[in-house]
Amino acid sequence: MKRERPQSFNKVPMKERLTIPRQVMPEQDATVRSGNFLEVNLGLTPEQAVVEAQRCIECKSPTCMDGCPVNIKIPDFIQLICNEDFIGAARKIKEDNSLPAICGRVCPQESQCEEACVMGRRFEPVAIGRLERFVADYAMQHDDGSEAPIEKPTSTGQKVAIVGSGPAGLAVASDLIKEGHEVTVFEALHEFGGVLVYGIPEFRLPKAILRKEVATLEAMGVKFVKNFIVGRTMTIQELMADEGYDAIFLGLGAGLPRFMNIPGENLNGVYSANEFLTRSNLMRGYEFPEWDTPLYRAKHAIIVGGGNTAMDAVRTAKRLGADEASIVYRRSEEEMPARNEEIHHAKEEGVKFMNLVNPIEFISDDQGSVVAAKCLRMELGEPDESGRRRPIPMEGSEFVMDVDMVVIAVGNGSNPLISQTTPEIETNKWGNIVADEDGRTSMDGVFAGGDIVSGGATVILAMGAGRKSAIAINEYLKAKVRS
Amino acid sequence: MYKIIKAEFIAPNVKSFILEAPLIAKKRQAGQFIMLRVHNKGERIPITIADSNAEEGWINIIVQGLGKTSAHLNTLETGDHLQDLVGPLGRPTHIENWGTLVCMSGGVGTAEALPIAVAGKAAGNRVISIIGARNKELIIAQDRMADVVDEVRISTDDGSAGRHGLVTDVLQDLIDEGIKPDMIMAIGPLPMMAAVSNQTKKIGIPTMVSLNAIMVDGTGMCGACRATVGGKTVFVCVDGPEFDGHQVDFKELGSRQKMYKQQEEESHKCFLERQMKKVKAEQMKEEA
Repeated sequence: MKRERPQSFNKVPMKERLTIPRQVMPEQDATVRSGNFLEVNLGLTPEQAVVEAQRCIECKSPTCMDGCPVNIKIPDFIQLICNEDFIGAARKIKEDNSLPAICGRVCPQESQCEEACVMGRRFEPVAIGRLERFVADYAMQHDDGSEAPIEKPTSTGQKVAIVGSGPAGLAVASDLIKEGHEVTVFEALHEFGGVLVYGIPEFRLPKAILRKEVATLEAMGVKFVKNFIVGRTMTIQELMADEGYDAIFLGLGAGLPRFMNIPGENLNGVYSANEFLTRSNLMRGYEFPEWDTPLYRAKHAIIVGGGNTAMDAVRTAKRLGADEASIVYRRSEEEMPARNEEIHHAKEEGVKFMNLVNPIEFISDDQGSVVAAKCLRMELGEPDESGRRRPIPMEGSEFVMDVDMVVIAVGNGSNPLISQTTPEIETNKWGNIVADEDGRTSMDGVFAGGDIVSGGATVILAMGAGRKSAIAINEYLKAKVRS
Repeated sequence: MYKIIKAEFIAPNVKSFILEAPLIAKKRQAGQFIMLRVHNKGERIPITIADSNAEEGWINIIVQGLGKTSAHLNTLETGDHLQDLVGPLGRPTHIENWGTLVCMSGGVGTAEALPIAVAGKAAGNRVISIIGARNKELIIAQDRMADVVDEVRISTDDGSAGRHGLVTDVLQDLIDEGIKPDMIMAIGPLPMMAAVSNQTKKIGIPTMVSLNAIMVDGTGMCGACRATVGGKTVFVCVDGPEFDGHQVDFKELGSRQKMYKQQEEESHKCFLERQMKKVKAEQMKEEA
């Protein structure tokens, strides 16, 4: 992609830039934080941010942007940081990403923009994610919009309903409100944010940050309706025919927990990761009985799985006071889908990793509560369809360990509610909605994106899909006016 | 916030609420439920919809004050508001003209059996209602039921009204009288639904039960409400709440319902202590 290079504000000579060390993220001490739910990462200081930005060598053809699913103008915002124009940098990011404070926290930058950073070939890549987070937080505190108020677009009079207030839905809302459409977001739960509110713990993404991002969209004119289940409270057909919505975006997420289908999975003390995390995050079970929703405080917890969700669950169990909180994963650490940072943080906090182990049964006491897990040790064979080496049980390796809580974090399927109530929308054999590259579904005027189309993925990929859909929805609405 | 149009006790510790909910009222069908939160630190609980009026835009729920949340809910009065209300949820009751439909209900389950009786009658069934309660005072919705069904029979544990005994005894009476039910709907406490299912399995009468599992979101997202039916795991919220009673693993569900017994008692105790403090503070105010 040919683009104009941003004005340079970096006063550090090129050679010296290579010698500046990557700035370290200040964090809460591991022994302290494993006993509280406050955010682990504390954020760069303004001085650190400028130094980190000065590490950028201003490539003639920067590759970092290509690594970003929403193509944030990374070289541009980094130069603005060099100039100490933090608000300007935040606004530059917001041209492409409406939720920088969230993405700066939860994006896997090491496999996206930072992996593509040219510096990373011989040195450490520029800490693009930490810089994004820094300017987003700075702008939240200091940008009251007075410097350059955002212009209100002229109204098109066309109405768009967005189903689900997760990352995909919020991205679509942000893009379409800027086009002058009337945008309403419908959420089934009592708080907005989807997986950002029920799935990601406070210690990784404080809810206050999320609420501010939602409030910003509200200030831009997006309407938010909670406690509204599209398909039940009102169907898609009714939204279009009776309520006059011209287009619908479905960003429903992958909200159907998978279990392992092994004996003892319905015992008390065995949770899906969704339930365990929802009780803790959305319902604030960690503050029981001040908050009403109860949650097990286990002594010996195991979390089955190796993804980010498993890391969130195991670190939550640790914070709830577990003497021992362990990851039980059937492959080795190399194959773990979780981000390195999450694995690293979990280890620092005292989480035990039992790799190449797979549970085959959960054993109960006479009250129906789980007291032990029967497991097999595994070894890795030939690569499977996912390209990762297939785990194979080792003969005679069966063993039993005492546990009083199990969290199953082996992935999510898709929620069947819309396909049950709207058969016109085509789904595939996994229950995912079938949509083209731009999110068009088999029903006219209905678009979909994020995990409900792709299956479980990341926040930023859902936002990327949402932004593509927003372009297609905008075109659809324009064509609708013409016809 | 969601307005309580009317709240009144209809039996000791049992309160009936008329809630402003025009969209839910328009959509709900027999057998469906809502989720609600009483206050901003509250838990989400499911409650079956007993009645509704689409034109006037309200739904009716009946609540027995058993744990912290239901006890708190029952302190709310006409004109108060709920923090959150969402629905209708769950699959509607499958209704057809079976011939003779017997609705067996225990405790507040009678309020939940009411819409099924109404729908069953509308489909052309002969509908017989068997209402069970611990004692006369705890029988609810008897008159409302009598208005819609062909016959109401009562049983109480202590014999203070109707037949001295259980709903299963009344069903046996019916059968002994030569009435052959074609379909049974059982709604009430788990042991009652288990007993009915056990009885009707032996005599071969199809029986549906409405399961009351612990839920968090109520939309199929968390799996807290899973139960075993016919050897398979189901989510009560989206696959139910009604299932073939002959296939349900009642023992497992009974144990799952007690999962948070200890925490629930702790929470309830905290709530009662806070209530006590409030009452005392008000007394002090009045005295001063």
